[in-house]
Amino acid sequence: MTPQEYSFLQGFLKEKSGLVLSNDKQYLIESRLMPIARKAGLQTISELIGKLKGFGDRTLQTAVVEAMTTNESFFFRDKTPFEHFVDTIVPHLVETRKRGRVRIWCAAASTGQEPYSLAMSLKENASKLGGLSFEIIATDISHEVLEKAKAGFYSQFEVQRGLPVQLLLKYFTQHGEMWQIAPEIRSMVTYKPFNLLESFSAMGQFDVIFCRNVLIYFDQATKTDIMQRLAKQMPDDGYLLLGAAETVVGLTDAFQAVPGKRGLYCNARGAAGKTASPTQPKIAVGQSAQSNFGSRALGAGQTVAKPSVFSSSRLSSIPGGRK
Amino acid sequence: MKTCLVVDDSSVIRKVARRILEDLDFEIFEAEDGKEALESCAAQMPDAVLLDWNMPVMDGLDFLMELRKLEGGANPKVIFCTTENDVAHIAKAIRAGANEYIMKPFDRDIVEAKLQEVGLI
Repeated sequence: MTPQEYSFLQGFLKEKSGLVLSNDKQYLIESRLMPIARKAGLQTISELIGKLKGFGDRTLQTAVVEAMTTNESFFFRDKTPFEHFVDTIVPHLVETRKRGRVRIWCAAASTGQEPYSLAMSLKENASKLGGLSFEIIATDISHEVLEKAKAGFYSQFEVQRGLPVQLLLKYFTQHGEMWQIAPEIRSMVTYKPFNLLESFSAMGQFDVIFCRNVLIYFDQATKTDIMQRLAKQMPDDGYLLLGAAETVVGLTDAFQAVPGKRGLYCNARGAAGKTASPTQPKIAVGQSAQSNFGSRALGAGQTVAKPSVFSSSRLSSIPGGRK
Repeated sequence: MKTCLVVDDSSVIRKVARRILEDLDFEIFEAEDGKEALESCAAQMPDAVLLDWNMPVMDGLDFLMELRKLEGGANPKVIFCTTENDVAHIAKAIRAGANEYIMKPFDRDIVEAKLQEVGLI
Protein backbone atom coordinates (compact mmCIF):
# COMPACT_ATOMS: atom_id res chain seq x y z
CA MET A 1 0.00 0.00 0.00
CA THR A 2 1.41 3.37 -0.99
CA PRO A 3 1.53 6.36 1.40
CA GLN A 4 -1.09 8.00 -0.81
CA GLU A 5 -3.42 5.03 -0.41
CA TYR A 6 -2.95 5.03 3.37
CA SER A 7 -3.65 8.75 3.42
CA PHE A 8 -6.85 8.17 1.43
CA LEU A 9 -7.91 5.49 3.91
CA GLN A 10 -7.27 7.87 6.83
CA GLY A 11 -9.49 10.52 5.24
CA PHE A 12 -12.18 8.01 4.30
CA LEU A 13 -12.45 6.61 7.86
CA LYS A 14 -12.42 10.08 9.43
CA GLU A 15 -15.26 11.18 7.18
CA LYS A 16 -17.40 8.06 7.57
CA SER A 17 -16.91 7.22 11.25
CA GLY A 18 -14.79 9.89 12.90
CA LEU A 19 -12.06 7.30 13.46
CA VAL A 20 -8.60 8.82 13.53
CA LEU A 21 -6.21 6.29 12.06
CA SER A 22 -2.76 7.39 13.18
CA ASN A 23 0.31 6.89 11.01
CA ASP A 24 1.51 3.95 13.12
CA LYS A 25 -1.55 1.77 12.47
CA GLN A 26 -0.57 0.42 9.06
CA TYR A 27 -0.09 -3.02 10.62
CA LEU A 28 -3.85 -3.23 11.21
CA ILE A 29 -4.74 -2.80 7.56
CA GLU A 30 -3.64 -6.21 6.28
CA SER A 31 -5.35 -8.28 9.00
CA ARG A 32 -8.59 -6.33 9.00
CA LEU A 33 -9.09 -5.44 5.36
CA MET A 34 -7.69 -8.43 3.45
CA PRO A 35 -10.68 -10.64 4.41
CA ILE A 36 -13.00 -7.96 3.01
CA ALA A 37 -10.94 -7.61 -0.16
CA ARG A 38 -11.02 -11.38 -0.73
CA LYS A 39 -14.75 -11.54 -0.09
CA ALA A 40 -15.21 -8.85 -2.75
CA GLY A 41 -13.10 -10.84 -5.21
CA LEU A 42 -10.13 -8.48 -4.96
CA GLN A 43 -6.52 -9.58 -4.68
CA THR A 44 -4.88 -6.67 -2.85
CA ILE A 45 -5.56 -3.83 -0.43
CA SER A 46 -4.67 -1.43 -3.27
CA GLU A 47 -7.50 -2.86 -5.35
CA LEU A 48 -9.85 -2.46 -2.40
CA ILE A 49 -8.87 1.17 -1.97
CA GLY A 50 -9.36 1.68 -5.69
CA LYS A 51 -12.94 0.41 -5.28
CA LEU A 52 -13.53 2.70 -2.28
CA LYS A 53 -12.46 5.67 -4.39
CA GLY A 54 -15.20 4.86 -6.87
CA PHE A 55 -18.79 5.81 -6.20
CA GLY A 56 -21.79 3.75 -5.21
CA ASP A 57 -20.42 0.66 -3.45
CA ARG A 58 -22.00 1.41 -0.08
CA THR A 59 -21.76 -2.23 1.04
CA LEU A 60 -18.00 -2.26 0.61
CA GLN A 61 -17.66 1.12 2.33
CA THR A 62 -19.68 -0.11 5.30
CA ALA A 63 -17.65 -3.32 5.53
CA VAL A 64 -14.38 -1.37 5.63
CA VAL A 65 -15.65 1.03 8.30
CA GLU A 66 -16.94 -1.86 10.41
CA ALA A 67 -13.71 -3.83 10.12
CA MET A 68 -11.59 -0.87 11.19
CA THR A 69 -13.83 0.23 14.08
CA THR A 70 -14.48 -3.16 15.66
CA ASN A 71 -12.75 -3.46 19.01
CA GLU A 72 -12.24 -6.16 21.56
CA SER A 73 -14.66 -6.26 24.44
CA PHE A 74 -15.15 -8.46 27.45
CA PHE A 75 -17.56 -8.92 30.30
CA PHE A 76 -17.28 -6.52 33.28
CA ARG A 77 -14.36 -4.80 31.56
CA ASP A 78 -12.28 -2.85 34.10
CA LYS A 79 -14.78 -3.84 36.83
CA THR A 80 -14.93 -0.41 38.51
CA PRO A 81 -17.53 1.09 36.10
CA PHE A 82 -19.91 -1.69 37.10
CA GLU A 83 -19.08 -1.16 40.76
CA HIS A 84 -19.88 2.55 40.29
CA PHE A 85 -23.14 1.59 38.62
CA VAL A 86 -24.26 -0.73 41.41
CA ASP A 87 -22.83 1.13 44.39
CA THR A 88 -23.30 4.77 43.39
CA ILE A 89 -25.58 5.31 40.42
CA VAL A 90 -28.38 2.86 41.23
CA PRO A 91 -28.75 4.02 44.87
CA HIS A 92 -28.83 7.64 43.68
CA LEU A 93 -31.51 6.89 41.09
CA VAL A 94 -33.58 4.85 43.57
CA GLU A 95 -33.41 7.74 46.02
CA THR A 96 -34.20 10.53 43.59
CA ARG A 97 -36.53 8.90 41.05
CA LYS A 98 -38.48 6.61 43.41
CA ARG A 99 -40.33 5.04 40.49
CA GLY A 100 -40.49 5.11 36.72
CA ARG A 101 -38.10 4.14 33.94
CA VAL A 102 -34.35 4.66 33.97
CA ARG A 103 -32.74 4.79 30.54
CA ILE A 104 -29.16 3.61 30.04
CA TRP A 105 -27.20 4.04 26.82
CA CYS A 106 -24.20 1.89 25.96
CA ALA A 107 -22.85 4.06 23.16
CA ALA A 108 -20.21 1.67 21.83
CA ALA A 109 -21.69 -1.70 22.66
CA SER A 110 -19.54 -3.77 20.31
CA THR A 111 -20.43 -7.47 20.70
CA GLY A 112 -22.69 -6.89 23.70
CA GLN A 113 -20.51 -7.71 26.70
CA GLU A 114 -20.99 -4.28 28.29
CA PRO A 115 -24.80 -4.06 28.06
CA TYR A 116 -25.14 -7.69 29.13
CA SER A 117 -22.83 -7.04 32.10
CA LEU A 118 -25.15 -4.20 33.10
CA ALA A 119 -28.20 -6.40 32.64
CA MET A 120 -26.66 -9.11 34.81
CA SER A 121 -25.76 -6.48 37.42
CA LEU A 122 -29.40 -5.39 37.50
CA LYS A 123 -30.62 -8.99 37.84
CA GLU A 124 -28.16 -9.68 40.64
CA ASN A 125 -29.32 -6.57 42.46
CA ALA A 126 -33.03 -6.83 41.73
CA SER A 127 -33.96 -6.33 45.37
CA LYS A 128 -32.23 -2.94 45.47
CA LEU A 129 -33.94 -1.32 42.49
CA GLY A 130 -36.95 0.05 44.36
CA GLY A 131 -39.80 1.03 42.07
CA LEU A 132 -37.56 1.58 39.07
CA SER A 133 -37.51 -0.24 35.78
CA PHE A 134 -34.45 -0.11 33.55
CA GLU A 135 -34.13 0.17 29.80
CA ILE A 136 -30.73 -0.53 28.21
CA ILE A 137 -30.17 0.83 24.70
CA ALA A 138 -27.00 -0.48 23.10
CA THR A 139 -25.60 1.05 19.94
CA ASP A 140 -22.61 0.54 17.70
CA ILE A 141 -21.62 1.72 14.26
CA SER A 142 -21.09 -1.89 13.14
CA HIS A 143 -24.12 -3.90 12.08
CA GLU A 144 -22.02 -7.06 12.17
CA VAL A 145 -21.08 -6.79 15.85
CA LEU A 146 -24.67 -5.91 16.77
CA GLU A 147 -25.91 -9.09 15.11
CA LYS A 148 -23.43 -11.07 17.20
CA ALA A 149 -24.52 -9.17 20.30
CA LYS A 150 -28.20 -9.90 19.65
CA ALA A 151 -27.53 -13.61 19.20
CA GLY A 152 -25.61 -13.62 22.47
CA PHE A 153 -23.19 -16.42 21.61
CA TYR A 154 -19.70 -16.22 23.07
CA SER A 155 -16.63 -18.42 22.78
CA GLN A 156 -15.00 -20.18 25.67
CA PHE A 157 -12.28 -17.51 25.67
CA GLU A 158 -14.80 -14.67 25.73
CA VAL A 159 -16.77 -16.01 28.71
CA GLN A 160 -13.60 -16.45 30.74
CA ARG A 161 -12.37 -12.86 30.54
CA GLY A 162 -14.01 -10.93 33.35
CA LEU A 163 -17.10 -13.06 33.85
CA PRO A 164 -17.25 -14.71 37.30
CA VAL A 165 -17.88 -18.44 36.98
CA GLN A 166 -21.01 -18.18 39.14
CA LEU A 167 -22.57 -15.81 36.60
CA LEU A 168 -21.52 -18.11 33.76
CA LEU A 169 -23.39 -20.97 35.42
CA LYS A 170 -26.39 -18.82 36.22
CA TYR A 171 -26.95 -16.91 32.99
CA PHE A 172 -25.41 -18.95 30.16
CA THR A 173 -26.27 -22.15 28.34
CA GLN A 174 -23.55 -24.23 26.77
CA HIS A 175 -23.80 -25.15 23.07
CA GLY A 176 -20.72 -27.20 22.25
CA GLU A 177 -17.77 -24.83 22.57
CA MET A 178 -20.01 -21.76 22.59
CA TRP A 179 -22.02 -20.23 25.42
CA GLN A 180 -25.27 -18.34 24.89
CA ILE A 181 -26.50 -15.75 27.32
CA ALA A 182 -29.98 -16.37 28.71
CA PRO A 183 -33.08 -14.95 26.99
CA GLU A 184 -34.02 -13.16 30.23
CA ILE A 185 -30.76 -11.14 29.96
CA ARG A 186 -30.92 -10.66 26.18
CA SER A 187 -34.45 -9.30 26.43
CA MET A 188 -33.25 -6.51 28.73
CA VAL A 189 -31.14 -4.94 25.96
CA THR A 190 -32.30 -3.19 22.78
CA TYR A 191 -29.70 -2.94 20.01
CA LYS A 192 -29.59 -0.22 17.37
CA PRO A 193 -26.97 0.65 14.77
CA PHE A 194 -25.79 4.20 15.38
CA ASN A 195 -22.89 6.44 14.36
CA LEU A 196 -21.75 8.80 17.12
CA LEU A 197 -21.09 11.48 14.51
CA GLU A 198 -24.83 11.68 13.80
CA SER A 199 -27.34 13.79 15.72
CA PHE A 200 -28.41 12.35 19.09
CA SER A 201 -31.78 14.09 19.04
CA ALA A 202 -33.75 10.99 18.04
CA MET A 203 -32.17 8.95 20.82
CA GLY A 204 -34.07 10.68 23.61
CA GLN A 205 -32.86 11.33 27.16
CA PHE A 206 -30.64 8.99 29.17
CA ASP A 207 -30.00 8.90 32.90
CA VAL A 208 -26.75 7.00 32.46
CA ILE A 209 -24.43 6.84 29.46
CA PHE A 210 -21.61 4.33 29.11
CA CYS A 211 -19.30 5.71 26.42
CA ARG A 212 -16.20 3.69 27.08
CA ASN A 213 -13.11 3.01 25.00
CA VAL A 214 -14.44 4.65 21.87
CA LEU A 215 -13.56 8.35 22.26
CA ILE A 216 -9.87 7.43 22.22
CA TYR A 217 -10.23 6.80 18.49
CA PHE A 218 -11.46 10.33 17.73
CA ASP A 219 -9.53 13.58 17.43
CA GLN A 220 -9.83 16.24 20.15
CA ALA A 221 -12.48 18.32 18.38
CA THR A 222 -14.69 15.29 17.75
CA LYS A 223 -14.31 14.11 21.37
CA THR A 224 -15.38 17.52 22.62
CA ASP A 225 -18.32 17.66 20.24
CA ILE A 226 -19.56 14.19 21.22
CA MET A 227 -19.26 14.83 24.96
CA GLN A 228 -21.06 18.14 24.75
CA ARG A 229 -23.87 16.53 22.80
CA LEU A 230 -24.02 13.63 25.26
CA ALA A 231 -24.52 16.12 28.11
CA LYS A 232 -27.57 17.48 26.31
CA GLN A 233 -29.13 14.01 26.24
CA MET A 234 -29.07 13.79 30.04
CA PRO A 235 -31.01 15.21 32.95
CA ASP A 236 -29.08 17.46 35.33
CA ASP A 237 -28.14 14.52 37.55
CA GLY A 238 -27.17 12.22 34.69
CA TYR A 239 -24.01 10.15 34.78
CA LEU A 240 -21.37 9.48 32.15
CA LEU A 241 -18.88 6.62 32.34
CA LEU A 242 -15.70 6.75 30.29
CA GLY A 243 -12.94 4.19 29.70
CA ALA A 244 -9.89 3.86 31.90
CA ALA A 245 -7.72 5.79 29.42
CA GLU A 246 -10.29 8.53 28.77
CA THR A 247 -11.10 11.80 30.50
CA VAL A 248 -13.11 15.00 30.08
CA VAL A 249 -10.21 17.11 31.31
CA GLY A 250 -9.15 19.66 28.73
CA LEU A 251 -12.03 18.69 26.44
CA THR A 252 -15.27 19.94 27.95
CA ASP A 253 -16.78 21.52 31.04
CA ALA A 254 -20.07 19.73 30.42
CA PHE A 255 -19.11 16.97 32.88
CA GLN A 256 -17.41 16.90 36.25
CA ALA A 257 -15.48 13.99 37.66
CA VAL A 258 -17.14 12.38 40.69
CA PRO A 259 -14.45 12.48 43.40
CA GLY A 260 -12.94 9.12 44.25
CA LYS A 261 -14.82 7.34 41.45
CA ARG A 262 -12.44 6.85 38.57
CA GLY A 263 -14.12 7.02 35.18
CA LEU A 264 -17.42 8.34 36.59
CA TYR A 265 -18.62 11.81 35.64
CA CYS A 266 -21.77 13.74 36.49
CA ASN A 267 -23.49 16.34 34.41
CA ALA A 268 -22.00 19.73 35.27
CA ARG A 269 -25.47 21.32 35.13
CA GLY A 270 -26.51 19.23 38.12
CA ALA A 271 -23.22 19.61 39.94
CA ALA A 272 -23.29 23.43 39.66
CA GLY A 273 -24.48 24.96 42.91
CA LYS A 274 -24.12 21.68 44.78
CA THR A 275 -20.32 21.71 45.02
CA ALA A 276 -19.13 20.35 48.33
CA SER A 277 -17.74 23.06 50.60
CA PRO A 278 -14.23 22.56 51.98
CA THR A 279 -15.70 22.19 55.48
CA GLN A 280 -17.97 19.30 54.62
CA PRO A 281 -17.11 16.10 56.43
CA LYS A 282 -15.41 13.25 54.69
CA ILE A 283 -17.01 9.85 54.59
CA ALA A 284 -15.40 6.45 54.61
CA VAL A 285 -16.46 5.04 51.29
CA GLY A 286 -15.04 1.60 51.85
CA GLN A 287 -17.08 1.21 55.01
CA SER A 288 -20.44 2.14 53.60
CA ALA A 289 -20.34 1.44 49.91
CA GLN A 290 -18.88 -1.98 49.38
CA SER A 291 -18.93 -3.34 45.93
CA ASN A 292 -20.98 -6.20 44.70
CA PHE A 293 -18.07 -7.32 42.56
CA GLY A 294 -15.27 -7.01 45.10
CA SER A 295 -14.44 -3.65 46.60
CA ARG A 296 -11.01 -2.99 45.20
CA ALA A 297 -11.44 0.50 43.81
CA LEU A 298 -11.25 1.93 47.31
CA GLY A 299 -10.21 -0.04 50.33
CA ALA A 300 -12.01 0.03 53.65
CA GLY A 301 -11.15 3.13 55.58
CA GLN A 302 -9.98 5.12 52.58
CA THR A 303 -11.68 8.45 52.48
CA VAL A 304 -12.69 10.75 49.71
CA ALA A 305 -14.28 14.15 49.72
CA LYS A 306 -18.04 13.74 49.88
CA PRO A 307 -19.37 13.68 46.31
CA SER A 308 -21.47 16.72 45.64
CA VAL A 309 -24.40 14.87 44.16
CA PHE A 310 -24.89 12.36 46.96
CA SER A 311 -26.17 12.64 50.46
CA SER A 312 -24.56 10.55 53.16
CA SER A 313 -27.90 8.84 53.69
CA ARG A 314 -27.77 7.59 50.13
CA LEU A 315 -24.33 6.18 50.57
CA SER A 316 -25.07 4.62 53.91
CA SER A 317 -28.11 2.93 52.44
CA ILE A 318 -26.03 1.00 49.94
CA PRO A 319 -26.00 -2.62 50.94
CA GLY A 320 -22.65 -4.33 50.59
CA GLY A 321 -21.66 -7.93 50.20
CA ARG A 322 -20.86 -10.18 47.35
CA LYS A 323 -23.38 -12.45 45.72
CA MET B 1 5.12 -12.15 47.30
CA LYS B 2 1.99 -14.30 46.90
CA THR B 3 2.37 -18.01 46.33
CA CYS B 4 0.65 -20.32 43.88
CA LEU B 5 0.74 -24.10 43.74
CA VAL B 6 0.40 -25.39 40.18
CA VAL B 7 -1.00 -28.92 40.17
CA ASP B 8 -0.93 -30.69 36.80
CA ASP B 9 0.49 -33.97 35.56
CA SER B 10 1.62 -32.27 32.33
CA SER B 11 5.05 -30.68 32.64
CA VAL B 12 4.23 -28.49 29.63
CA ILE B 13 1.15 -27.04 31.33
CA ARG B 14 3.11 -26.48 34.55
CA LYS B 15 5.81 -24.68 32.57
CA VAL B 16 3.30 -22.44 30.77
CA ALA B 17 1.44 -21.68 34.01
CA ARG B 18 4.72 -20.94 35.81
CA ARG B 19 5.72 -18.44 33.14
CA ILE B 20 2.38 -16.62 33.34
CA LEU B 21 2.19 -16.63 37.14
CA GLU B 22 5.79 -15.51 37.64
CA ASP B 23 5.08 -12.64 35.29
CA LEU B 24 2.16 -11.77 37.60
CA ASP B 25 4.58 -11.71 40.57
CA PHE B 26 3.68 -15.04 42.13
CA GLU B 27 6.13 -17.46 43.71
CA ILE B 28 5.43 -20.90 42.24
CA PHE B 29 5.38 -24.39 43.69
CA GLU B 30 4.58 -27.41 41.54
CA ALA B 31 2.95 -30.79 42.08
CA GLU B 32 2.23 -33.59 39.61
CA ASP B 33 -0.87 -35.00 41.28
CA GLY B 34 -3.32 -34.41 44.13
CA LYS B 35 -1.37 -36.41 46.71
CA GLU B 36 1.84 -34.50 46.08
CA ALA B 37 -0.17 -31.27 46.18
CA LEU B 38 -1.66 -32.15 49.58
CA GLU B 39 1.84 -32.77 50.97
CA SER B 40 2.95 -29.43 49.60
CA CYS B 41 -0.04 -27.66 51.20
CA ALA B 42 0.57 -29.38 54.54
CA ALA B 43 4.14 -28.04 54.49
CA GLN B 44 3.19 -24.56 53.31
CA MET B 45 -0.32 -23.36 52.51
CA PRO B 46 -0.26 -21.33 49.27
CA ASP B 47 -2.40 -18.28 48.48
CA ALA B 48 -3.69 -19.89 45.30
CA VAL B 49 -3.91 -23.31 43.71
CA LEU B 50 -4.16 -23.74 39.94
CA LEU B 51 -5.63 -27.21 39.72
CA ASP B 52 -6.00 -29.79 36.96
CA TRP B 53 -8.90 -32.24 37.23
CA ASN B 54 -7.68 -35.52 35.72
CA MET B 55 -4.43 -36.68 37.28
CA PRO B 56 -3.00 -40.04 38.39
CA VAL B 57 -2.88 -41.08 42.06
CA MET B 58 -5.35 -38.43 43.27
CA ASP B 59 -7.48 -36.25 40.99
CA GLY B 60 -8.21 -32.55 41.40
CA LEU B 61 -11.65 -32.92 42.93
CA ASP B 62 -10.48 -35.36 45.62
CA PHE B 63 -7.52 -33.08 46.35
CA LEU B 64 -9.85 -30.09 46.76
CA MET B 65 -12.12 -31.91 49.21
CA GLU B 66 -9.12 -33.10 51.25
CA LEU B 67 -7.50 -29.65 51.14
CA ARG B 68 -10.55 -27.99 52.64
CA LYS B 69 -10.32 -30.38 55.63
CA LEU B 70 -6.73 -29.35 56.44
CA GLU B 71 -5.95 -26.68 59.03
CA GLY B 72 -5.82 -23.44 57.04
CA GLY B 73 -7.10 -25.34 54.01
CA ALA B 74 -10.08 -23.07 53.60
CA ASN B 75 -7.81 -20.13 52.80
CA PRO B 76 -6.23 -20.87 49.41
CA LYS B 77 -8.16 -19.66 46.40
CA VAL B 78 -8.58 -22.72 44.23
CA ILE B 79 -8.91 -22.23 40.49
CA PHE B 80 -9.60 -25.34 38.47
CA CYS B 81 -7.75 -25.37 35.16
CA THR B 82 -8.97 -28.31 33.13
CA THR B 83 -10.25 -29.70 29.85
CA GLU B 84 -13.44 -30.78 31.64
CA ASN B 85 -15.29 -27.90 30.02
CA ASP B 86 -18.94 -28.72 30.60
CA VAL B 87 -21.50 -27.21 32.94
CA ALA B 88 -21.82 -30.36 35.06
CA HIS B 89 -18.10 -30.41 35.90
CA ILE B 90 -18.00 -26.66 36.55
CA ALA B 91 -20.98 -26.85 38.89
CA LYS B 92 -19.49 -29.87 40.68
CA ALA B 93 -16.20 -28.02 41.23
CA ILE B 94 -17.93 -24.93 42.62
CA ARG B 95 -20.05 -27.05 44.96
CA ALA B 96 -16.88 -28.76 46.20
CA GLY B 97 -15.37 -25.41 47.14
CA ALA B 98 -13.51 -24.18 44.06
CA ASN B 99 -13.37 -20.41 43.79
CA GLU B 100 -12.99 -20.11 40.03
CA TYR B 101 -12.74 -22.24 36.92
CA ILE B 102 -10.54 -22.04 33.83
CA MET B 103 -11.44 -24.07 30.76
CA LYS B 104 -8.37 -25.16 28.79
CA PRO B 105 -6.92 -23.92 26.53
CA PHE B 106 -6.12 -20.78 28.47
CA ASP B 107 -3.96 -17.72 28.04
CA ARG B 108 -2.40 -15.06 30.24
CA ASP B 109 -5.48 -12.79 30.09
CA ILE B 110 -7.72 -15.52 31.44
CA VAL B 111 -5.38 -16.45 34.29
CA GLU B 112 -5.02 -12.78 35.20
CA ALA B 113 -8.79 -12.22 35.06
CA LYS B 114 -9.47 -15.20 37.31
CA LEU B 115 -6.82 -14.15 39.85
CA GLN B 116 -8.43 -10.71 39.91
CA GLU B 117 -11.80 -12.33 40.37
CA VAL B 118 -10.63 -14.15 43.50
CA GLY B 119 -8.97 -10.99 44.81
CA LEU B 120 -5.33 -12.03 44.56
CA ILE B 121 -4.25 -9.29 42.15
